[in-house]
Amino acid sequence: MQLIFEKSRTGRGSAILPPSDVPAAPLPQALRRQAPLRLPEVAECDLDRHYAALARRSHGVCSGFYPLGSCTMKYNPRIDEELAQLPGFAGVHPLQPARTAEGCVEVLKEAEAALCEVTGMDAMTFQPAAGAHGEFTGLLLIQAYHRARGDAARTKILVPDSAHGTNPASAAMAGYAVVNVPSGPDGCVDLQALRAAVGPDTAGLMLTNPNTVGLFDGNILEITRIVHEAGGLCYYDGANLNAVMGIARPGDMGFDVVHLNLHKTFSTPHGGGGPGSGPVGCKAFLRDFLPDSRLGGHPGAQSVGQVRAFYGNFAVTLRALCYILTLGGPGLREASENAVLNANYMMHALKDTYDMAYDHTCMHEFVMTLEKLKHETGVSALDVAKGLLDAGIHPPTMYFPLIVHEALMVEPTETESRETLDEAVQALKDLAREAHEHPEALHARPLTAPVRRPDEVGAARNPKLRFDFA
Amino acid sequence: MGSYVPSTEREREEMLRAIGLERMDDLFRDVPEQVRRAAALRLPEGLSEMALRARMEALAAKNRVFPVVLRGAGAYSHYIPAIVKSVASREEFVTAYTPYQAEISQGVLQSIFEYQTMVCELTGMDVSNASVYDGASAAAEAVAMCRDRRRTAALISATAHPDTIATVQTYCRAAGVEARVVPERDGVTDLEALRAMLTPDVACVVLQSPNFYGAIEDAGAAIAAAHEAGAKAVLSCNPMAMALLRTPGELGADVAVAEGQPLGLPLSYGGPYLGIMAARQSLMRRLPGRIVGETTDVDGKRAYVLTLQAREQHIRREKAGSNICSNEALCALTAGAYLCAVGPQGLREIAQRCVDNAHYLQSALAQAGLARVGDAPFFHEFVTECPADAERLMRALEDEGILGGLPIPGGILWCATETVGRAQMDRAAEVVREVLACS
Repeated sequence: MQLIFEKSRTGRGSAILPPSDVPAAPLPQALRRQAPLRLPEVAECDLDRHYAALARRSHGVCSGFYPLGSCTMKYNPRIDEELAQLPGFAGVHPLQPARTAEGCVEVLKEAEAALCEVTGMDAMTFQPAAGAHGEFTGLLLIQAYHRARGDAARTKILVPDSAHGTNPASAAMAGYAVVNVPSGPDGCVDLQALRAAVGPDTAGLMLTNPNTVGLFDGNILEITRIVHEAGGLCYYDGANLNAVMGIARPGDMGFDVVHLNLHKTFSTPHGGGGPGSGPVGCKAFLRDFLPDSRLGGHPGAQSVGQVRAFYGNFAVTLRALCYILTLGGPGLREASENAVLNANYMMHALKDTYDMAYDHTCMHEFVMTLEKLKHETGVSALDVAKGLLDAGIHPPTMYFPLIVHEALMVEPTETESRETLDEAVQALKDLAREAHEHPEALHARPLTAPVRRPDEVGAARNPKLRFDFA
Repeated sequence: MGSYVPSTEREREEMLRAIGLERMDDLFRDVPEQVRRAAALRLPEGLSEMALRARMEALAAKNRVFPVVLRGAGAYSHYIPAIVKSVASREEFVTAYTPYQAEISQGVLQSIFEYQTMVCELTGMDVSNASVYDGASAAAEAVAMCRDRRRTAALISATAHPDTIATVQTYCRAAGVEARVVPERDGVTDLEALRAMLTPDVACVVLQSPNFYGAIEDAGAAIAAAHEAGAKAVLSCNPMAMALLRTPGELGADVAVAEGQPLGLPLSYGGPYLGIMAARQSLMRRLPGRIVGETTDVDGKRAYVLTLQAREQHIRREKAGSNICSNEALCALTAGAYLCAVGPQGLREIAQRCVDNAHYLQSALAQAGLARVGDAPFFHEFVTECPADAERLMRALEDEGILGGLPIPGGILWCATETVGRAQMDRAAEVVREVLACS
């Protein structure tokens, strides 16, 4: 389809601004831009249709099943969208006097109290805008803690080899050296390797539990004890919290700092890549190090400083609070139980057809390995993923975690019905059969999508990152 | 209690049986007894949709929404056309994840490609990314793009937004980069001080124009000074002002960053907003975050994909230049729709109206007794003295439904956008006159 720039015709546009009732105040010529401003000139009707066409060429949770592992693509309640757009929230300036923004302050306080209860933490900041931003912030808390104690020797962060890429990247941004801790054959932390890795230079450990292979690490108390005894702190990556709400709390597992992904666990929509929200919770002994907003209040003497302007993605936090209030305590547990049930139901139905990376009761997601299938038929995890597109299903996460070859990571979430799971299971079984019978046909999938297997190598080799007006 | 779980009790039992288990608890056998919660979460019972709505409407009613906003300071009250809200609330955009599967994400990908093009047009730069969190974190990411092994310090002007300075300082401290603040003089960057501070270890200068006080800086001179010293220049701008003012590209900046909120995003108590980032071609591979590129598919059709991913955390892990993963895609789409809705002429007119209104307000306030501080040309913000008790002045304005300027050390920072008119600004000036007369 055409780009909006190709639909542009000089002179088209809409009338939005009323006539001026003040004198013109032209800026000095020397300050004015000389460059042309080639923004699209389109009539409102054509603009509407353009975005309608773009929407048709997109796949959201509203379009169909979205079992994208590690991303918790659950239903995004419409009521929460509507409430976040109430003028009484959307029209509030971040620097209004506090006495005129009491409702907003209450939203943040209520969300903090609820999320501290869910995670077993004592305090929380909503400033981080996404999970990775939260990781960075959490690591700064750990750094500030060690520095405040005069312990400058702790320069290393331990990260399991199964971790999300953001974990090591965040540690590096916080100035740490990253020590990769190998996983054991069961996909969990290898305690021997962990014991060997910790020492007086350990600032902390970053861990996801359930981990990225979808298993709850049963040694968790031993893991956090080993790190604590070495003088380090324990950081909980909340990407997989959807498995354990109301069942187990990071605070009770021995974690000192957590980040949450409100756009995953707490149902706020992901917007095609964002905005998210990555609040960071901590135990009381780290509270004084939390970020603060310089204009919105007085930074604490020990605060790690700001990680962005104002108080974070407020409207996202607001949606998450709506979700929590709707489900209540029992509802959050019910959500986690059913997320885990749905994942196990799918895994069980598929395990005669596909090899499971870890054939064990899973949490909210499971990982299949298509290594054998690829060896036997030449059909890869990518081919099967592309085949799913024709069934109207968003494929699972591909080639992650890195410790599983030809990985497909499936996270159905609790908001999917049994029929949807059954259909997806059938689609995956059909693809496995096709892989054995007509492997070449799978290399050509998808057949029905607007485009088919774009040339990614070419895109990176000859980057074309903007429309060429010439 | 509200719930979004479709499975009935009976279906749950059947599904448990299908996998050979009896009770939900059996699913959690891996969770050690010591951490498994016997007690329920201490949270209230869930609410029905009607009860939730009543609850949140009551909370919203505790906030005041001012019909007249004369306060900016990094968050600006602009009119948002209906078509922009409508387009940006399409569920396929709202409920999609990052477009990892290009074939069924062409709409989201094309919207980002179009956004990148519009950002390049606005800023006069060569390449844009798909967005970062906000303007402050964009500036911090830009510093990370500029530093290298030899150059490990950054300069940031004292006239930048305080949140931007604070955020840059946080990121720099973490990375072992020394962030030095260049002093201001009369509300603009002290260029002499800047030149003296451009030592060989300086990787870049971060400058904001229009700056926190609204003044249009002599950015060209600052950037030239940075380049002479072998440092790079990061220019933080206001996307609305870009319709009229010399662009970062024209001024010679290496990286342009901006808070994109003015482009169709509501105030929303500070977020979500939009971090705009664009750079010269030579810095393309140092840009953080998602970037969309054009390519072709197996049938030769034009297609869009996430590209240059070898920069990113999921590939490079601890060697990545940034940890960013989620960005502000829907806000970027909104900004793109906004720019299409108003068009180039519309954007120029809105920007000029901001300038006209702000200059009218400034002279009205001066006549009422609030003299301007500083004399640099300004866009839509300016600082006045505050001879009266600022708190009293603000309360008096609030009584008239006016959110006054932001009290800052040494005065008040005012802003006028296209959303205000002469009568409202006259009324504000009148209130000021009354308060000053009684003090």
